[in-house]
Amino acid sequence: MKSNLPVRSALGAGRASRVVRAPGGLSLRLDVRALVVVVALLLAALAATVALIGTGDFPIPAGDVLRTLLGDGNAGQEYIVNELRLPRVLVGLLVGAALGLGGALFQSISRNPLGSPDVLGLSQGSTAGALVMIVLFSGSADAVTLGSLAGGLGTGLAIYLLAWKRGVHGYRLVLVGIGVSAVLSAVNGYLITKADLIDAARAVVWMTGSLNGRGWDQVWPLLWLCLALVPLVLANARGLRMTEMGDDVSYALGVRVERVRLVLMLAAVLLTAAATAAAGPVGFVALTAPQLARRLTRSPGPNLVPSMCMGATLLIVADWASQRLFGADQLPVGVVTGVLGGVYLLWLLVTERKAGRI
Amino acid sequence: MSGQREPGKSDSANENVKKGTNTVNRLSVESVTLAYDQRVIAEQLSVEIPDNSFTVIVGPNACGKSTLLRALSRMLKPSEGRVLLDGQVIQSMPAKKVARTLGLLPQSSIAPDGITVADLVGRGRYPHQGILRQWSHDDERVVRESMESTGVAELADRYVDELSGGQRQRVWIAMALAQQTPLLLLDEPTTYLDIQHQIDVLDLCAELHEEQGRTLVAVLHDLNHAARYATHLIALREGAVIAEGAPGDIVTAGLVEEVFGLRCQVIDDPETGTPLVVPAARKARTKLVREAS
Repeated sequence: MKSNLPVRSALGAGRASRVVRAPGGLSLRLDVRALVVVVALLLAALAATVALIGTGDFPIPAGDVLRTLLGDGNAGQEYIVNELRLPRVLVGLLVGAALGLGGALFQSISRNPLGSPDVLGLSQGSTAGALVMIVLFSGSADAVTLGSLAGGLGTGLAIYLLAWKRGVHGYRLVLVGIGVSAVLSAVNGYLITKADLIDAARAVVWMTGSLNGRGWDQVWPLLWLCLALVPLVLANARGLRMTEMGDDVSYALGVRVERVRLVLMLAAVLLTAAATAAAGPVGFVALTAPQLARRLTRSPGPNLVPSMCMGATLLIVADWASQRLFGADQLPVGVVTGVLGGVYLLWLLVTERKAGRI
Repeated sequence: MSGQREPGKSDSANENVKKGTNTVNRLSVESVTLAYDQRVIAEQLSVEIPDNSFTVIVGPNACGKSTLLRALSRMLKPSEGRVLLDGQVIQSMPAKKVARTLGLLPQSSIAPDGITVADLVGRGRYPHQGILRQWSHDDERVVRESMESTGVAELADRYVDELSGGQRQRVWIAMALAQQTPLLLLDEPTTYLDIQHQIDVLDLCAELHEEQGRTLVAVLHDLNHAARYATHLIALREGAVIAEGAPGDIVTAGLVEEVFGLRCQVIDDPETGTPLVVPAARKARTKLVREAS
């Protein structure tokens, strides 16, 4: 095929991409479409945030919500917004962002759209940790959080060690993860059968994933963790992009493949475990957010930042839907994301089959 | 025509890097033992890659030629001995520094879904970039030149998945060129290609060697291709170098039998005058075929 396009525009790789250059050799390459997607997602998340804060038993007009968020509201509204509704929304945003980013990392490392933390058994590990606390020790909420965190981290470590054979490889990671997931599901089932009725009810609520009753205590640790890990992840993102071309190519290009992978897997496990500890195993966000983000940006590569924004938006919109769409019956957010995720998964399977990939 | 060739006829480009001279080559392997876990592929193997040569490594399957290439490109750490690049042990050098000196086109590489040719070639610039230097004027120029010299500039906006095997291999070579390394290793660059694309890729390699002065090291399956394109040939068997030198000097019926266990005649290639290996016909088999028909 003959193309009359000048090479200069071709270097934009057929897509709008801008290079920003400054004196001193500084140059940044921006993907315009990805930028637009990120801004649009953030706006959507903001809109959902305002809607979520402004509605409920005491409706507050959107203008007042924004004014209060900017520190300029009346005392009554300030209490409702800042103490009751904002922390829950923030936990939702942070959990969604952490799951979206963790999912994008895992999918890129395993080179498999199904290689997300839910499928690899991390959620089951977190659940097992939480169930041990609930069922065996009747622990406090804090103990459950810690147990879940320990369960998630332990499972991440176990998967890494079991999948490691001169480097972690995509298929091994997915297969080992599925195996670990199956074992842990059995453990979780066993723990539930051992529980008395009250503990079992508590366990089931935890296992659906919910933002009910989440406050500032959950916001701060998650926020600090995200602030620490996101820059670390982004610093390694260019290396991760290279590893998509196979270990040999990226190694030849000077990427320290194993190091990049270890650092990013660790970050992904931490993000996922912390998010799960805060809100329970909210299903399918980690699986769907990266894929949806990728379809919007139409960009190869792990799409880390768009996935993160997509995760936050998805979760907050799902939370809005779970609280407001079903009248008096407030659903746990995990139910809504589960339904959305299941539909998405079917759609993915159908389109992939049409494209002849499975 | 007789199977004997006159050794003096070879037009070797490496007269200056024959054994015994004091030239220090940029890339060499010093008495290494190469093994995957317990499986030893080669022991006490020493190889020099002559500077500015087009070196081709040949040998039967499982002789260790790809393993040797992996060691040269620091993907396999020798359990004993060392691989030297510019006088330094290659494993001890910073990864990006090696990547600016030594490029590798591996046998298996994956084009990410939905990536365009220009984007893929651009990724070859990775070792020259950093977090604050993501796309310089140099990057842009080198990528354009790499696509032009491999003849894929017109495909710049196409998706890599849509290309034919031959075009794709050119794109990967362009990516390796964009890395701007004086040394370039190629692991069986012609595998899976039709004969015309094989020749096309090898012509391209010869061009890169002659016109851009790069040192190329390739593993090739086809002995005749190797003899035609190489300026320096290394014949391996069971992890040991059986012969090395200009193809015209070393490719003889005796060597082919020793390395590949194949009886043959070696004649002059009518096109280039380089050695051409013609396998001996198996009398028993031709007879069988005749009887069957």
